[in-house]
Amino acid sequence: MAAEREPPPLGDGKPTDFEDLEDGEDLFTSTVSTLESSPSSPEPASLPAEDISANSNGPKPTEVGLDDDREDLFAEATEEVSLDSPEREPILSSEPSPAVTPVTPTTLIAPRIESKSMSAPVIFDRSREEIEEEANGDIFDIEIGVSDPEKVGDGMNAYMAYRVTTKTSLSMFSKSEFSVKRRFSDFLGLHSKLASKYLHVGYIVPPAPEKSIVGMTKVKVGKEDSSSTEFVEKRRAALERYLQRTVKHPTLLQDPDLRQFLESSELPRAVNTQALSGAGILRMVNKAADAVNKMTIKMNESDAWFEEKQQQFENLDQQLRKLHASVEALVCHRKELSANTAAFAKSAAMLGNSEDHTALSRALSQLAEVEEKIDQLHQEQAFADFYMFSELLSDYIRLIAAVKGVFDHRMKCWQKWEDAQITLLKKREAEAKMMVANKPDKIQQAKNEIREEIEEWEAKVQQGERDFEQISKTIRKEVGRFEKERVKDFKTVIIKYLESLVQTQQQVSHFCL
Amino acid sequence: METHAEAGKEGKPSCASVDLQGDSSLQVEISDAVSERDKVKFTVQTKTEFSVVRQHEEFIWLHDAYVENEEYAGLIIPPAPPRPDFEASREKLQKLGEGDSSVTREEFAKMKQELEAEYLAIFKKTVAMHEVFLQRLAAHPTLRRDHNFFVFLEYGQDLSVRGKNRKELLGGFLRNIVKSADEALITGMSGLKEVDDFFEHERTFLLEYHTRIRDACLRADRVMRAHKCLADDYIPISAALSSLGTQEVNQLRTSFLKLAELFERLRKLEGRVASDQDLKLSDMLRYYMRDSQAAKDLLYRRLRALADYENANKALDKARTRNREVRPAESHQQLCCQRFERLSDSAKQELMDFKSRRVSSFRKNLIELAELELKHAKASTLILRNTLVALKGEP
Repeated sequence: MAAEREPPPLGDGKPTDFEDLEDGEDLFTSTVSTLESSPSSPEPASLPAEDISANSNGPKPTEVGLDDDREDLFAEATEEVSLDSPEREPILSSEPSPAVTPVTPTTLIAPRIESKSMSAPVIFDRSREEIEEEANGDIFDIEIGVSDPEKVGDGMNAYMAYRVTTKTSLSMFSKSEFSVKRRFSDFLGLHSKLASKYLHVGYIVPPAPEKSIVGMTKVKVGKEDSSSTEFVEKRRAALERYLQRTVKHPTLLQDPDLRQFLESSELPRAVNTQALSGAGILRMVNKAADAVNKMTIKMNESDAWFEEKQQQFENLDQQLRKLHASVEALVCHRKELSANTAAFAKSAAMLGNSEDHTALSRALSQLAEVEEKIDQLHQEQAFADFYMFSELLSDYIRLIAAVKGVFDHRMKCWQKWEDAQITLLKKREAEAKMMVANKPDKIQQAKNEIREEIEEWEAKVQQGERDFEQISKTIRKEVGRFEKERVKDFKTVIIKYLESLVQTQQQVSHFCL
Repeated sequence: METHAEAGKEGKPSCASVDLQGDSSLQVEISDAVSERDKVKFTVQTKTEFSVVRQHEEFIWLHDAYVENEEYAGLIIPPAPPRPDFEASREKLQKLGEGDSSVTREEFAKMKQELEAEYLAIFKKTVAMHEVFLQRLAAHPTLRRDHNFFVFLEYGQDLSVRGKNRKELLGGFLRNIVKSADEALITGMSGLKEVDDFFEHERTFLLEYHTRIRDACLRADRVMRAHKCLADDYIPISAALSSLGTQEVNQLRTSFLKLAELFERLRKLEGRVASDQDLKLSDMLRYYMRDSQAAKDLLYRRLRALADYENANKALDKARTRNREVRPAESHQQLCCQRFERLSDSAKQELMDFKSRRVSSFRKNLIELAELELKHAKASTLILRNTLVALKGEP
């Protein structure tokens, strides 16, 4: 099996690595064989083995119980579990390493929905990614751009179509550069699919940009004023950031839905993302129910780490909100300043005109010109303020909400586990009672029944426990990754923002000369 | 609230440069000013050791005395200083005092500091304006010899001039309306031709100039205020960033703290830019707006004199034809003619002075403004660069 592998199309410099690491080879072999041997695989039997193995890859060499887990996973057909991905070192340097490094997808995905048929050989190649020791930088060589918003259709059925361009050298995509047209509800559909698959297992799925009925209606109606173009631009930038964040997540990158979103030219319309649909109402009801549940669940937090983190996120959330509000005020005032400067420039020009002393008149008209340029500058600065700083903050506020959601899921998981334990206890008691009572005829049957139930519940308890552990582990890792991402993000944005300020000031000095 | 401001020698007005040519024996300055509950008391001092305490209303009284004096009809009367207005500032301080629970202590202290600085700035400005008024009067060869001026400068006691009550204010309004109606009538009057090109030109120029400068002044004010708002915005941002920074335990900590510091400094710079704009640009525009209004008044008076002269001519002609009361008509006509001539001459002089004054003042202020803006831009570029280097340098 191992011999069949051909070197990955990207891995110009890396084939030697696999030879160095025997572990990797062994694991691969064992992986493939395990998968092939698992009888109760949830995958439809029609899928070739390659497809299944394609979803797996270098598991951590250090994880011993890996194979066992996977057996159980397949036994538990309805649950979807993902393995831990190896710890990744943070990317601290901002220069991207050349696109040679293959990506290390590290999770086993057993999608609930039947997986779309993927091009088998390509997927199989992907499985020989780097092993953990090699992962010195998880630079995903994939660039996503969202551009060219155009209005399609008219009237109330109109919508904006955005072009999503992907440039990548990852082998899992069939081409290295491709683009598709998507509309906003497609993005929402993608998010809801990803969320339903991953959120309850503990992955932090980046939230999609929000719907805005007012904004969209204005665009639909066809008002060609600056506020609607601004709205479209804002939305486009938000969609771009959303996609970029999503593909940065190593697990989500593997997801077939995401790939389909990026690649296929036609996408089934995601109707249940509409605000006023049945699914929308269902979502709202669910949300309300969740909120109530949250209040009633009293969890014994055995792990101080979680408590601390939750507190931390609460604080962070509050402060980000405050900062966000102040930055919005700043943006607003800067826009005002630019408008006022423009008005002043005009009146200064007029004053210059009426002044009959020639030198002064010239000076005044120069002043007017300078002021006008400054006004432009201020406007640009306002945009920069907004797009870089303020949007980042609001993105993070929403991300933190997602993180909190993940924590809540963990609580629910714990709750389930608790419930399973309690039920098991009850069943055991019932069994014990039955032992004591002596009803010969019913005993055997009842005993068997009880026995079965007890077994079932024991299994459930075990499963619940494992789930809980799993989710805790996942959350830990995710939070760690989230933090690193956050640090990186903030830093880059701050640096960009400051640079823009520097630029502005330089221009001002240039003009005043 | 009591504040003292040492106007003194540094109280030289920054808004209008006044060339104190001529007899330097009369030098007036406001050496001290006290702001009490709702009035400001200025201590006016002359070089010849007269020192009195005057209030704003007394300045206004002096100004009106000049305006109503027929002798000075041919001169541009320096515009009266505006009323000291601390209302806006006081309101803001009060609102701040009422307390906003979401504001942290440092933020509160900073905002209070800002408001106090603003209050002080307004105070200094009003002192300067009053001083400029007096100094212009002192510099003018004719105006300085006015008796009322001496009274103002020397009379130790309170001049017991009360502020205009409502009736007088209303009277003032009506007089203005009458004046503008009159002006319209005169110009529309057929047969009244402007004999002098110079004045014709000046008239059109002044009218246009006045409206435009008023416009520019308003807008400059708005720019200044928006800039100030912007600078104030940095306060909560800086505070939020520093609290974020203290919370963080990782590398973001230092970044945030540095950023908070940066914004603090930027704020001060922006505030200074705003106040420079205020002083150099807005104040100057405002002063010349009022000055051009005074010039317009002068022209109006001259026009009025011209109209009178024409009327007297017509009356004389009529009297001559009727051969009755020729003498009084003649003398009246003589008077009118003389008055008109006199006004025209002095008006010409005054208007030329006005122009040169204006040009030099604009030039000085605009140059200073550009230099200051440049300085501030350089300073902020510098601190931004430093912070950038520091941020990039960290892992």
